[in-house]
Amino acid sequence: MSDFLQGLLTALPRLLQEGLQATLISFVGGAVVMVVVAVLLGLAEHQGPAWLRGIARFVVEFFRGTSLVVQLFFLFYVIPTLTGVDLGSTWTAILALGLNYGAYGAEVVRGSLNAVPRGQWETATALSMPWFTQMRRVIWPQAWALMLPGFNNLMVMLVKGTAVVSLVLMADLTFEADQLRRRVGTWPAFIAALLIYYVIALLVSLVMRWMERRAQRRLGLGDFEIRKARQEADQVMAGAAAGDAEPVAAGKEGET
Amino acid sequence: MWDNELFLQTLPVLVKAFVQITLVVTVAGAALAAALGLVWAIALRELPALLGRPLGFVLDFIRMTPLPVHLLVVYHGFTQLSGMTVGIIVFGVHYSTYMSESYRAGIDSIRKGQWEAAKALSLPASRTWRAVILPQAVRNTLPSLGNWAIAMFKDTPFLIFISVPEMVTAAREFGGRHFSYIEAMTVAGLLFLVASYPTAVLMRKLEKKLAY
Repeated sequence: MSDFLQGLLTALPRLLQEGLQATLISFVGGAVVMVVVAVLLGLAEHQGPAWLRGIARFVVEFFRGTSLVVQLFFLFYVIPTLTGVDLGSTWTAILALGLNYGAYGAEVVRGSLNAVPRGQWETATALSMPWFTQMRRVIWPQAWALMLPGFNNLMVMLVKGTAVVSLVLMADLTFEADQLRRRVGTWPAFIAALLIYYVIALLVSLVMRWMERRAQRRLGLGDFEIRKARQEADQVMAGAAAGDAEPVAAGKEGET
Repeated sequence: MWDNELFLQTLPVLVKAFVQITLVVTVAGAALAAALGLVWAIALRELPALLGRPLGFVLDFIRMTPLPVHLLVVYHGFTQLSGMTVGIIVFGVHYSTYMSESYRAGIDSIRKGQWEAAKALSLPASRTWRAVILPQAVRNTLPSLGNWAIAMFKDTPFLIFISVPEMVTAAREFGGRHFSYIEAMTVAGLLFLVASYPTAVLMRKLEKKLAY
């Protein structure tokens, strides 16, 4: 046991020095790309003309349907020979993570826009607000509060997703832990890495929860909407889109 | 760029890896996850807090940490196990933590009256679960379990971390050997899409059909 502890105490500072940076860069970069992709595709899916909706739908299903690792390798091995542009490890990782999780995020954005009651659109139109003002002042703030629980889950997924970036030669936590394995032993090396991942995921989740509460307070949303959004958020990675799971939530409403 | 010859060569290689490894791990892993997930969901409800809390923490920890690291630690920690076995166990355990949440939601959606009726009939706990709660709860949970199985299927390339030659590993190897990755990677991506998209659509249909 003391061997284990000693190994852990050797591994932790090493990992914080060596691997953490690459993991954080992939996470932050991936998160920015993810949110941009999610908002653009989600808006296109919900608001665009039919042809744009079709394209957005195709892109979303494509990135959700093919595996993250395949996309990563495609960007890393195929794109350079195809286009002559070599993205390099870091950008390959950021783009692959952002596009993959962004496609899931698009469903969150679309579902949340869907969940804003029609009357809100109609009222805004009746006040003859232009589209952009309607979106910015009326629809988006409400949809935003509904999409945050989904984004919370996606952000945690993204933290875990960064563990694949060593496959494109980034020296992240997973890679460094694997290197440390021979020196400090299997269990201490990997448990140290797991602990760091866990703390990052917890912190990310904490910040997202805080944003959720703030957005909800500003709107005065009721318990029911929040609970429904949370419930659907748990299914984000498992295919179901937010806003589509109404029957289940309606059943719950009847009960309370 | 695109070489038809290579495409035809890569196809059987990848399909073989797909059937022999990817599908086996997915099916066995999903079965294990569905079974364990149910165990966790019931345990979290039935166990006293003294045991339930630690279990809940462990499940949370597994859920919030990356699967590739789990694969690595089990693979190198238990060297007597083969890569395939490690894959099935790790995928099964990792996804059981998600599926237990799905079961929990299904169990939570059972109305209080059902529990009370079972109690009024003085059914023992085991029969209450088996005959009253689970048949209703699992019905609501099935589409969600299916969706998690699809998510697991798309995570099987993580097996590359423990050198199990599943499809994407095979694709990378093939690409490296022939100095051209486009054919193999395209086929690998398409095989994923072809297998997962129809299943996902089916699950959405099932979800609509089972919803009340």
